[in-house]
Amino acid sequence: MKTYYDPKDLKRFGKIADWDGPLAEKFFAWYGDVFEEGALTAREKALIALGVAHAIQCPYCIDAYTQDLVGRGESKEAMMEAVHVAGAIRGGASLVHGVQMMGKADQMSM
Amino acid sequence: MAALAHKSLRARGGKLVEPKEQFAALGRAGFDDGTWPHFQQKLAAHGLPPLRPRGVEIFQVNVGYVCNQVCAHCHVDAGPDRREQMSAEMMDRVVEAIGPSGASTLDITGGAPEMHPDFRGFVGRVRARYPDLEIIVRSNLTILLAHAKYADLPEFFAEQRVRVVSSLPFFRADRTDRQRGEGVFEKSLEALRRLTAVGYGRGEGLVLDLVHNPAGAFLPMHMDAMEQQYRETLDNEGIAFNQLLAITNMPIARYLEYLEASGNLEDYLDTLVEGFNPAAVAGVMCTNTLSVGWDGQLFDCDFNQMLNLPVAASAQNLADITDWSAFNDRYVAVANHCYGCTAGAGSSCQGATA
Repeated sequence: MKTYYDPKDLKRFGKIADWDGPLAEKFFAWYGDVFEEGALTAREKALIALGVAHAIQCPYCIDAYTQDLVGRGESKEAMMEAVHVAGAIRGGASLVHGVQMMGKADQMSM
Repeated sequence: MAALAHKSLRARGGKLVEPKEQFAALGRAGFDDGTWPHFQQKLAAHGLPPLRPRGVEIFQVNVGYVCNQVCAHCHVDAGPDRREQMSAEMMDRVVEAIGPSGASTLDITGGAPEMHPDFRGFVGRVRARYPDLEIIVRSNLTILLAHAKYADLPEFFAEQRVRVVSSLPFFRADRTDRQRGEGVFEKSLEALRRLTAVGYGRGEGLVLDLVHNPAGAFLPMHMDAMEQQYRETLDNEGIAFNQLLAITNMPIARYLEYLEASGNLEDYLDTLVEGFNPAAVAGVMCTNTLSVGWDGQLFDCDFNQMLNLPVAASAQNLADITDWSAFNDRYVAVANHCYGCTAGAGSSCQGATA
């Protein structure tokens, strides 16, 4: 393997059960329930997942939810808006610390 | 995204026009080195017997490969440059054979079947001879607007009680046009409005089904939500339809060319093989459909026809069948493209199989 990530690993996700079946079973059951239609639609959940995938920069998740949403017929516009939401939250999370920086600088300065 | 070709593979001299090159491409992708089991082995591994036809329920006739469109996914490699078409003699033979075959449905396909010069005469003779037969015409929709001589086809379809099955791969223009050509979506909507105007899709006995097939290297999925989105879009356009059928793109001919050129072949085949669904096998169309080529040659499905993979029977042309029970007592000719019909929810000319 020449890289840390292998796209084929996404399809082998279930193999985590080989080393700990009971925990994997719980995880996959919970995961499946999370994405069922509920107060949020499956489509809305997939868009959230796509945004989170970008926020945590998980290439497997980006592949998985891009495929899912394209298959659902989701528009490029909606998918890109979800990515911008993730980017805005990440950017905002950095910038809001600027207030801490400003306060600290003011506090330590004459 | 590659630009859409304006000629068939055959006219462009593409090497994938040869079935042996298509089988070789699938083999190189991962069947030759054992990455994936051959289709027959997969059936056996799931305890499923080799496929056999149950009889002929659907008599599918390909009247020719000429078409006014050159769609990117076309397994027929149809287009305006194709000249193959069924002879008058063979059409008469088809009319004679439908009854003895036991079929309850005649499924007319192409190319654009409406472009056959005796299309209306053929449909009319079949309807007169078999008043209760279901007659399906697979229409690409844009043909209804291609020339004044086709403009009254909606009325003709209605008079002959034809069930119209039409490709509309997506409910928006972008993906539809990337697969079928610039402006096809808008023309398709206009054709659908004309079909709606003569009574199609409204539950009054004139059936219009639409076909969704993915514009890319993925399987049809989430079909309930997809149908809902089609209905909302088309309802706003004043268009009614009965069902949305999902058909998986088959890795042969021009779709195979797309998969190779876009670097998606291995992943797509992996999706088909990994997505093998034993529950989808019982309903595959080779168990109830006979595919008759423009020259009368017989195949277990339209895909096998395009791969020139004939029926495993002593009669290989409609002209040679003397005993339908003996003909139906055979095994289906399978190869690795068959994974296309058994992945996910399964796929056939009548939609999902599972």
